[in-house]
Parts: sequence; structure tokens; C-alpha cells
Amino acid sequence: MRDWIKSGDPWVWLSAGGVSVSLVAVFGIILLIIVRGLGFFWPSDVMDAVVVENGSPSRLIGEITEEESIPAKLVDKTGSEAEDLDTLRKRYLVKVGNRDKFGFDFRWVPKDSIKETRYPNAVMVVERREWGNLYGYIKSVSVDGKVVAEGESAWTKLQELLPGIHALHDQIRNIERDEIGSINYKIERLRLKKRKLELANETDPEKFAELERQKEELNIQYKAFQDQLIGLYQEIGKDSFTVEIMDGQTVDIPLSKVVRAYRPNEMGVGSKIAFYAEKLWEFLTEDPREANTEGGIFPCIFGTVVMVLIMSVFVTPFGVIAALYLKEYAKQGFLTRLIRIAVNNLAGVPSIVYGVFGLGFFVYFIGGWIDEALFPEALPNPTFGSPGLLWASLTLALLTLPVVIVSTEEGLARIPSNIREGSLALGATKAETLWRTIIPMASPAMMTGLILAVARAAGEVAPLMLVGVVKLAPSLPIDGNYPFIHLERKFMHLGFHIYDVGFQSPNVDAVRPLVYATAFLLVVVIMILNLTSIAIRNHLREKYRAIES
Amino acid sequence: MNETTTHGINLSARDKAFSKHEGGIDPADVTIEVKNLDLFYGSKQALFHINMVIPRHQVTAFIGPSGCGKSTLLRCFNRMNDLVDGCRVTGEILLEGKNIYDRSINVADLRRRVGMVFQKPNPFPKSIYENVVYGLRIQGIKNRKILDEVVEKSLKRAALWEEVADRLNDNALGLSGGQQQRLVIARAIAIEPEVILLDEPCSALDPISTYKVEELIYELKNQFTIVIVTHNMQQAARVSDFTAFMYLGEMIEMQDTKTLFTNPKDKRTEDYITGRYG
Repeated sequence: MRDWIKSGDPWVWLSAGGVSVSLVAVFGIILLIIVRGLGFFWPSDVMDAVVVENGSPSRLIGEITEEESIPAKLVDKTGSEAEDLDTLRKRYLVKVGNRDKFGFDFRWVPKDSIKETRYPNAVMVVERREWGNLYGYIKSVSVDGKVVAEGESAWTKLQELLPGIHALHDQIRNIERDEIGSINYKIERLRLKKRKLELANETDPEKFAELERQKEELNIQYKAFQDQLIGLYQEIGKDSFTVEIMDGQTVDIPLSKVVRAYRPNEMGVGSKIAFYAEKLWEFLTEDPREANTEGGIFPCIFGTVVMVLIMSVFVTPFGVIAALYLKEYAKQGFLTRLIRIAVNNLAGVPSIVYGVFGLGFFVYFIGGWIDEALFPEALPNPTFGSPGLLWASLTLALLTLPVVIVSTEEGLARIPSNIREGSLALGATKAETLWRTIIPMASPAMMTGLILAVARAAGEVAPLMLVGVVKLAPSLPIDGNYPFIHLERKFMHLGFHIYDVGFQSPNVDAVRPLVYATAFLLVVVIMILNLTSIAIRNHLREKYRAIES
Repeated sequence: MNETTTHGINLSARDKAFSKHEGGIDPADVTIEVKNLDLFYGSKQALFHINMVIPRHQVTAFIGPSGCGKSTLLRCFNRMNDLVDGCRVTGEILLEGKNIYDRSINVADLRRRVGMVFQKPNPFPKSIYENVVYGLRIQGIKNRKILDEVVEKSLKRAALWEEVADRLNDNALGLSGGQQQRLVIARAIAIEPEVILLDEPCSALDPISTYKVEELIYELKNQFTIVIVTHNMQQAARVSDFTAFMYLGEMIEMQDTKTLFTNPKDKRTEDYITGRYG
């Protein structure tokens, strides 16, 4: 036994065990997120059952989303005392939809009370733009208030009509968001121009008249779009269909409110996979709907990536320059040691503190100053003086600066001194040596710093809540309106989205899978960002492989 | 010390070094002259009152036991010691009559005139081509034709052209140690320096590479003044025209190589070359 301990084997086992536990934990978490998150988009079968509770039967249409075992007493109040603790009974969480009618989407149903479960092919799921899903049987389809199809033919008619409706809907959204949004943006710019002229005590009426003319032109365009919109709304509002829901009521639904209607029980595996892919694509590319509980999360992905990229643009040069100065130029002594300690300590400051600093310094101080100096016409409305993308990126750049400095310094220290001497001996100055030899050779280390910075920044949420992230941003920070990149705009972020959807949502059961899916996506985005920089780093490493010394 | 100076040459130093040499060195043939050089690392003195001359277009070898200051002296010739923290130099080193420690001297220009090759081959992690033209690029030469010419000429002079002509764009780190050292020499001669300093250029090489580098040194002395530091007395005997023996930071004696090895003036030199210590 003593020999065994002396041989060092226990430590090998201990460390191997530690590694395995970590690996299992990491893969377990990722697997959990994947299963919970990505399972959400699979079209599960919808049951049509009779539920007997308290002796009275009622009809239940919906999908089972979860099951759990709890003490019998909690399932139904009639359980005797003896049963209370030992007997476990199953209950299901059933998504019944039709929130507008029942006031809730989900319902717990004890397993025992479900009788006569059927999975009829005709049961239909309608995904709506408002009020969530609706489950029921289609009865009829009307155009202009006149019934054009009933029964089974109504289903076919509905599928025929939907693509046209979607096209109309896209057209409306395009006009409302892009065209009219762009006109509004231009009108706002004209207003600011006018205000600027006023502030400059401009008296030339010609200039004001010119602005008025432009504004008039935009107003005419606006009117035209407005008229077009009215027409489109009439067009899209013509069609509707009726559905019988589980309590026997018939509900009339305008087609314009339908995202899609499908019959999951009738689908084969192939069509389910196709449906799944479509849903996943929607999740990745669409805007969120219904207070972020439905639709996609594209603005969050976009915001996260853009913010990380802008942060990289700031943090890399600053960190590298600081490290170069500290390592190559500064006199090594007490002061540089102090600065190094300070830099390392910065890495340990809680991120929310950076958020507070960013809000106070960047947003209010610098942003306020910029507003006064460059955008006086917009005051009292802040332009850069309120949280936004630029400030969030800068705050995170500051937060990740120590990482870049430290790893760049390490990279510089690793370069053999004979390379420097070789360059200097050829008549290069120190700056030329740095630029032509040392910096390229240290670039893999700089990339390592950037990788760590990106990994940290992409997952950071707390400081962002103070300096620029919002629950719902009306427009992306990059769009087709001049000047195209709007650094002052607020943006959405995957990390904050998880928090918002998970904890600030009115409909907890409905969004739980979305939280997992978003978390998974955040992991994927970070992984993609990291893998990209790792690939760049490996390429650089190969290129500037230093002499083995 | 009794010093008389003619044509900027310190006669006492010359006499001291070459009293036994038949012809001595014509003052016009002196490239580098060291006058009363003292060097300190912090408070520790590493070189003591060095006085010597380096003859033009000859190979001068520095020998001596480890730590005797021969590399330190060599690195004074292109002011490499400036890089060392706390290094202080007094006295003068005249390159073609001008003190290189003068304030008006641009160190980068000096190093262009006095090239250096180090103990360990140190090619840059770039292509062979880029290694050779590094010094030219620093000087701002961009003309592809000139660069191509220089690369070919320098590699030929460094006896490396035949081995690498077809892979000039390969990474220089893929070459063998001996090839790397010759590449570094090619890189040094590409900028046409007046003096080439070689700091134990063969200590990391195998015998065949050493032989090639030695041959190269022999070739190069037609165009360049060469100063070589070596641990290897046979090498000094083989390649050099003059040999200087240093001991504990002092220049003990400098003679033409044959005389120094066959008839050393100083007891310590004799002890060293006969292998009694060092």
C-alpha cells in the first residue's frame, strides 16, 4: 500500500478522475441543453382525450410536454393520509393552447384521469401571430364572409390560401418596417438638419425651404405607402376560417393571423423532419414575436456577433500596444511591476463593476460630451449619451483588455532573443525589428488573448444590461439607412435574451424550451467565434513557427 | 603609457600587438582600432584597457577561455552591448577613423556597416528569400530586380545557392543547421557590410557544416574584414590571419596566427594553446 502511494499512481488516478468528472459534466450540460432545447421544434403528436376529474368528464386536446411523479395527495385532493408520502402518481403537463379562450396554455392532468386517448389525423395545430397555438378541428374556410369550403376540403383550401397570405404579410411587413422605417428615419434626419440650421442662426430661407421640399417629397412617398398598406390590409383581412376547439366552441380566425397550420398526427417521419428544419430555420432567422416568447432570435445572434466583433476591433490594438510598451519599451522596474499587478487585478474585477463604470464614464461622460459637441440638434434626446452598441463594446473591451495584454506579453517574452539580435544586427531599428519580426512572431499569442477575450465577452451579460442591451430592439445596429452602422443603437444579446425569456416572461412553461434552445445557440455562437480565431491562430503559428530553443 | 599617434593609429597598441610580426600592419590597412576600451556590466568590469587593431580584409580570430570577454569585445564593434541593461563603455572604437561610440553615430547605420553572425543560427521564420533581403527591405529597397540579384549573389557567395536555388520561398527554418548558418551569413553579406563579426559561428554545427563555413570564411575575406570568436584553437589556426588571445577581460597578445601558435610571447598564451588550462 505504501509502495503504491509512493509510486505516484494515486495522483495519476486522482487527476484522471478529475478530468473525467469535468468532461462528463461539460458534455452532460451540453447534451441536456441540446435535448431540451432542440426537441422543442419537433412536431409531437396531439391527443384528443376525455379527462374525468371530480367525476365529470371533459374533452382535452393538446400535446403532452412533460411528465412527473408526485405524491398522490397533490394529484387529487381525495387521497387518504396513508397514501400521502409513499404513493407516487404520474401527472402530465399538457399544452392545450387557445390562450385567448382559456387564459392558460398549459394544464397539469393526472395520468389516471385521462380516458379514451385518441390521436386523430384530422386534429390541427394552428400557430398564430398572437395568443400562441390553437388546437382543434377545421370546420370551414370563408372568403369575404362567404363560406367557400367545408369539412375535409376546408383543410385543402386553407393550405392553398396560406402561401398567398404569407406573401401579403411579408409585403406588409416589408413596407412597414423597411420602407416606412426608412422614410421615418429620413424625416427625422431632416428635422435634425433643420434644428441644426436654427442653432447655427442660419437666416437663409432658401435652405429651410429646401428642407421643407425634401420633407414634402418624403411625406408624399409616405402617403403612397400608407395607401398601399390600406389596400394590402383589406386584401389580407378577407379570408378567415373556423375551428372547433376542445370545449366544442367554434372559433373564427382571420387567415392573416396564421403563421402556419399543420396536422402532426398525419405527418410521417420525413415531413416531420422537414417541418423541424423549417421551424429551426425560423428560429435562427426571424424576429421574436409575442414578447420574445415565440418566433426567432435573429436580432440576438446578430447583436451578439456584431458586439463581439466591434469589441475585438477595440481590444486587440489597445492590448497589443499596451503589452508592447510594457514589455519592449518601458524600463523594467518597480513601476512596471506595479502596472502589471494592476492589469492582472483588473481581470478579477466583477463584470458588473465594469458595467457601472461604462455607464458612468462612457455613456454619461463621453457620450454626453459627444452629444453636446456633435449632435446638439438632437438634444435633449441623447444620441450617444444613452446606452448603445458602441458603449457596450467598449465596456467589454475594457473588461477583456487584461487578458489580451497578459497573453501578448507572454508571447513577446517567448520570442528567442537571438531573433531580435539578428534583426538589429542587420541594421534594423527597434521599431523595425518589432514591426517586421517580433509582432508577426507574437501574433499567435495575440490571437490566444483575443480568443480568451471573445470567450469571456460573448458570455458576459451583467455589464451589458447597464450599457446597451435591451429586451427588444426595434431595428438592427446595421441596416440599409445611412450611415449603415448605427453604433448608438441599442441591441439584443443572446445572454440577456436567455435571462429575459427565462425569468421575465409571463408564460414560463411555454418558453422553457426556448431558454434551452437560446442557451445552446449562445454556446454555438461562442464556439464558432472561438473556432474561427483558433483557426487563424494555428495558421499564424504554422507561418511563424519560431526556432525551437 | 607612452602613446604617440600617427594617422589616427595608436602606435603603442600596434607595436604591442605586432612587435614580432615582420611587416606589422600598415596604418592604411586598419579597419577597426580599439583604444583604451573598458566595459562594465553594472559595477562589474568585464573588459580592461583593450588596445588593438583589426586589419582590413583579413581574418582576425579571438581566442581565450570561457568568460574572458572575447564575445563581449566582439559585440562592442557593432554596439550590440547597448541592448544589455547596465552596460557601460569607456574608451574609443574607431571604425575607419571614426569613433562608433560618438553621439553622432546612428547605431542602425553602424550595424549596416558592421554585420554580425551569431553562435546559434537565427534565421527569421520567413522564406529563404525574405531572410536574405531583410536588411535591404529595412533600407527601403523594393525593386524586385535588385532584390533578386542580391539574393542570388549573396547566396552564391555564401555557398548556399546550389542547395536552395529551387526553394527560395520555403521557410528558412526547414534548412539544416549548417545551411541555416550559411543563410545567416548570406543575410549578413547581402547588405554589403565592411566588417563581418562571427561569434562562434560553428559551435552548433557538425564537422562537415563547420568545414563548409570555414571555407566560406576563407573566401569572404577578399571582400570583407572578418573578426571571428572561437573556442576552437584549430579553427583559429585554420581560418585566421591574425589571432588575439584574451584572458580575464584583458587582451594578452595579438600576433599573426602562425607566430602566436608557434612562438607565443606571453606565458599565459602558451599555457592556453598547449592546453594547460581553459
